Amino acid sequence: MNWDLFPQFLATGLLTGGIYSLIALGLVLIYKASRVFNFAQGHLLMIGAFVAWWFTDALGWNVWLAFGAAIVFAALLGLLIERVALRALIGQPILATVMMTLGLAQFLQGGTIVAFGASQRSLPELFALRAIILGDIRLKQNLVFAFAISMLGFLLFVLFFRYTRWGLAMRAAAEDHQLAQSVGLRVPRIFGMAWAIASVVATVGGVLLASISGVELNLSIIALKAFPAVLFGGLESIPGAIVGGLTVGVIESLVGGLPADAALRALHLGDIAPYVFLLIVLWFRPDGLFGLKRIERI
Amino acid sequence: MAIRLAGDFDISYAHDMAIIRNRGQWVMTIAFIVTLFALPFFLDAHTLGILNLIGISIIAVHGLNILLGYTGQISLGQAAFMAVGAYTAAALVKAGVSFWLALPMAGLVAGLVGILFGLPSLRIKGFYLAMATLAAQMIIPWFFRNVRTDIFGGMPGLTMQPPRLGEIIFNSQATMYFPIMLTVVVCTIAAKNIARTRLGRALLAIRDNDLAAEVLGIEQFSHKLRAFFLSAFYAGLAGALWAMYARSINPEQFSLLSSVWYLGMVIVGGMGSALGPILGTIFLRGLEEITTQLAPVLSKMFPQLEAGLLAALGPMAFGVALMLFLVFEPRGLSHRWEILKAAWRLRPFAH
Repeated sequence: MNWDLFPQFLATGLLTGGIYSLIALGLVLIYKASRVFNFAQGHLLMIGAFVAWWFTDALGWNVWLAFGAAIVFAALLGLLIERVALRALIGQPILATVMMTLGLAQFLQGGTIVAFGASQRSLPELFALRAIILGDIRLKQNLVFAFAISMLGFLLFVLFFRYTRWGLAMRAAAEDHQLAQSVGLRVPRIFGMAWAIASVVATVGGVLLASISGVELNLSIIALKAFPAVLFGGLESIPGAIVGGLTVGVIESLVGGLPADAALRALHLGDIAPYVFLLIVLWFRPDGLFGLKRIERI
Repeated sequence: MAIRLAGDFDISYAHDMAIIRNRGQWVMTIAFIVTLFALPFFLDAHTLGILNLIGISIIAVHGLNILLGYTGQISLGQAAFMAVGAYTAAALVKAGVSFWLALPMAGLVAGLVGILFGLPSLRIKGFYLAMATLAAQMIIPWFFRNVRTDIFGGMPGLTMQPPRLGEIIFNSQATMYFPIMLTVVVCTIAAKNIARTRLGRALLAIRDNDLAAEVLGIEQFSHKLRAFFLSAFYAGLAGALWAMYARSINPEQFSLLSSVWYLGMVIVGGMGSALGPILGTIFLRGLEEITTQLAPVLSKMFPQLEAGLLAALGPMAFGVALMLFLVFEPRGLSHRWEILKAAWRLRPFAH
């Protein structure tokens, strides 16, 4: 075991975990509002990155301006997806919505290739590449900023839910669809709002990730790591998304990095650690840390 | 109950339970089987290759249908269980075991792994169980990629000698067609009949209302595990046949994406019927083949689009088909087929 590297891996894990938290936040938002688990979240993230790249490349915009434009695009895309694909399935069993988002993911994958091509692109850097050095720990500066932006995003959402009219409406709709509807809230519109926000969050995550690792189709796969995070934190809990995302990031980084033995390292344990963790969570605490306990009554 | 022809009465209990009820149906069934096995003598290797692939997929989708359509449990790991079957078969053949023995062994081993990943169904169900199978889909290919690379070949995977039977070597599409289609026929008959047994009815009861089923004395856990076993057993057979078909197998062939395609085939075909997997597989594999044929034509017409078009059309067509079916025909093609049959028997009346 490389215990002397522990702080380094812990820090790297926390920083990657910040991105997982962002993706998890999007999943939780949609699930809370409409009881739909969005398997296409990773593809929303990928599309966000590609759209931002397109604005910088084809239109020659400043990267921050392109970031903003991609966010606007993402909000519209989220609204469109909810209206076209998910509205028809309100009240359908969970299988239908799961399959719908899986189909949607495939459609978005193909659509991205048709619109932007399949090759890897690179975004202009959002931040300087210099590493930040804290004692023994070296941190990539863009990861640190990405982490800071994720956390800022979280803060914004918490404030949004607590203090705005829309936030209140969304919390009410998440509590009970029928009750929300009977006091005059337009629940489908709130679903649309949830999708728009989730899509925006995904785009923020996508652009931050792409500024580190490039714009490519594989960006969508990273969302799979957010699934264990969501389940650990609890499907309905926004603080759970943060805790879960950071936990999964740290676990992945520590399990992948700490073993010193070459044979053990060759196993790439970090790749599956999140999923083994997922199985453990499902077995011992299926509702997650802060999720609602489901009680069945006859 | 389906609408019967006039004069088609049940005259004995055996007749009441029969799937094939009258002489006309017997003639059609036999004609169909004969045609099915005569096809390799008339078709070219490319078409037979597609048929073989469809056959292998049908077996895997039958298995998934037992779990999803009959028992109501979502599984995102069917391709991973196929991988278990494929690797078991290839490793056994490498160790000198005959392929014909390795084939059922592959099903058995995959079934046991299926039970292992079905164990969480003791505590969780529905969406949470789907997540457990997602973990299986991630962990199993990782296992074959990284663990015991001396047996499983690591990243490049394994190659398998073509199986032999006496003088015949099964190394061409035409020869492979026979074992594949034979397995398809046996698996279809088995799948059709599983639904009619005590076990099948218990599974249906669990799907429709698990609490009520439990109250009626159907033990949920053991029945769910049996469904997992059967589903993974089918996947294992399909995997072993895939190892024969592809000759060289690697972990990348059994991705989450293929699991999603199998799920799509169950949905498009129609859940909970033995006909559904067949129709769904033919529909989606056909769609895939059409996009493969179409892609070069389109990229010639629109040269500004990249070569990635080929990779784009398949997923897009799949996604659109799946979404349209979910919204407009959630009961799938087999339901459509039943409506057509009823309309044909009632013609010229509407009802």
